[in-house]
Amino acid sequence: MHSFALSRADDTAQAIAVHANDAQLAFIAGGTDLLGLMKDRATLPERLLDINGLPDLARIEALPDGSLRIGALARMSDVAANIDVRRRFPVIAESLLFAASGQLRNMASIGGNIMQRTRCAYFRDDDGPACNKRRPGSGCSARHGLNRNHAIFGWSDACVATHPSDLAVALAALDANVVVRGLAKVRSIPFTDFHRLPGSTPERDNTLDRGDLIVAIDVPTRVEGRGSHYLKIRDRESYEFALVSVAAAVATDRRHLRSVRLAMGGVAHKPWRLAAAETALRGVSLDDIDALRSAIAESFIDARPLDHNGFKVELAQRVALRALQTAGERT
Amino acid sequence: MGQASRSQSNATVESRPDGARMAETGSQSVRVSVTVNGHARTMVVEPRMTLLDALREELALTGTKKGCDRGECGACTVHVEGRRVLSCMTLAVMQQGKRITTIEGLEQDGSLHPVQAAFIEHDGFQCGFCTSGQIMSGVAMIEEAKAGWPSAATADVTKAFTIAELSSAEIRERMSGNLCRCACYPNIVDAVADATGRS
Repeated sequence: MHSFALSRADDTAQAIAVHANDAQLAFIAGGTDLLGLMKDRATLPERLLDINGLPDLARIEALPDGSLRIGALARMSDVAANIDVRRRFPVIAESLLFAASGQLRNMASIGGNIMQRTRCAYFRDDDGPACNKRRPGSGCSARHGLNRNHAIFGWSDACVATHPSDLAVALAALDANVVVRGLAKVRSIPFTDFHRLPGSTPERDNTLDRGDLIVAIDVPTRVEGRGSHYLKIRDRESYEFALVSVAAAVATDRRHLRSVRLAMGGVAHKPWRLAAAETALRGVSLDDIDALRSAIAESFIDARPLDHNGFKVELAQRVALRALQTAGERT
Repeated sequence: MGQASRSQSNATVESRPDGARMAETGSQSVRVSVTVNGHARTMVVEPRMTLLDALREELALTGTKKGCDRGECGACTVHVEGRRVLSCMTLAVMQQGKRITTIEGLEQDGSLHPVQAAFIEHDGFQCGFCTSGQIMSGVAMIEEAKAGWPSAATADVTKAFTIAELSSAEIRERMSGNLCRCACYPNIVDAVADATGRS
């Protein structure tokens, strides 16, 4: 790794002030993505600020209104093992358990999980292929290159990468909020607005600015939480990023879908909500497979596969169907 | 990663005018005190040195192996505060005051840990390069299962998990962060299963 300095923060407001005024400084919590990026020279911060000592950011707690608050410094394994999370929002626990490995889940923080950067091999490659995320303006090697793992929705000619977080897909389905503390105030960002589509500025993964620190994730209480499921399909059965994944959360009335929330991973630069399918699925019986299939297909009319990932269009619809059925059985 | 000329500044923590406490600057080395295998140890490390390199090169504990150095193979698994972590993706400078256990610290009074003994009985290795990581991972994984942690192989995460449910499929899933290029997986799973009953 390149040479850098490291300091420890013990006060949140001070940590944010230091970050706001230093363009060469990065926060570090678990470090499981940041150290990899630094070893691959995809980011070369001159200074790291260790935020693990900031007070009260590792809690998992119920707020007075019943919503779940997950502190940004809580570790993936603690959230996945938490019995309230497992009972109220199984989709969250499952998305975490299907990610990374036991060792990495013990290290990685929740805030860092949603900040992780794409696994696009061109982005991670230190040998200098064109990549607009690494070097804005250099081009996208994946657009007409090896793009089997890349996006089928929302991509631009500048970038066809996907977001790697499984947890983010579950949180998008549940309409969670990212609680961000900046220099002036604390704000709540709806989860589907947190990550960006690439457009012409793919170097920006999300809407955070310098001087912003994720302090928590808030998950609103909703009946669909209990009837939820995360289904992830990958090239090997464990310890691998998703080809396609689906977070489904449903409420039913005598086996008819009363409300549906569907988000997909592995298909876009951000967790991809299937809004058209959610509307079309309302009122459909869980036992009417053909109707479920055609309702899901509503969200795939605008799919735009690349040269090597056409299979994702069909795979994703099948994964959505199965996730929906499993979630339905939990209601 | 190692630097030929390393500054030996022992400045640990100094105040900056803006209030953030700086541990050091630039490539200056820092003194970090930890407890390794029950003994108080001090490492003098650059901020960029991983815990893996510090254990091997500063403390001469070479039982912990460096495989991929990217958090993908698990060969460098150690315990920090009782939890299994990847020492290659951990900065030594961030471990001040932490309790660390390596493969060298598992045996007690000359007796192998039950997981170590089970690996020998079940022939859970060939070349041996991944073995210390496998064993460190297995030891902590059994504790995670005893604590009721579910896994991706658990049928229903909404229910409590008990150690009696730690099937071969569960062990395979929970050990998937440790690769074995000799492919001794069946014997590794048998060894961990056997040790679960004994530890």
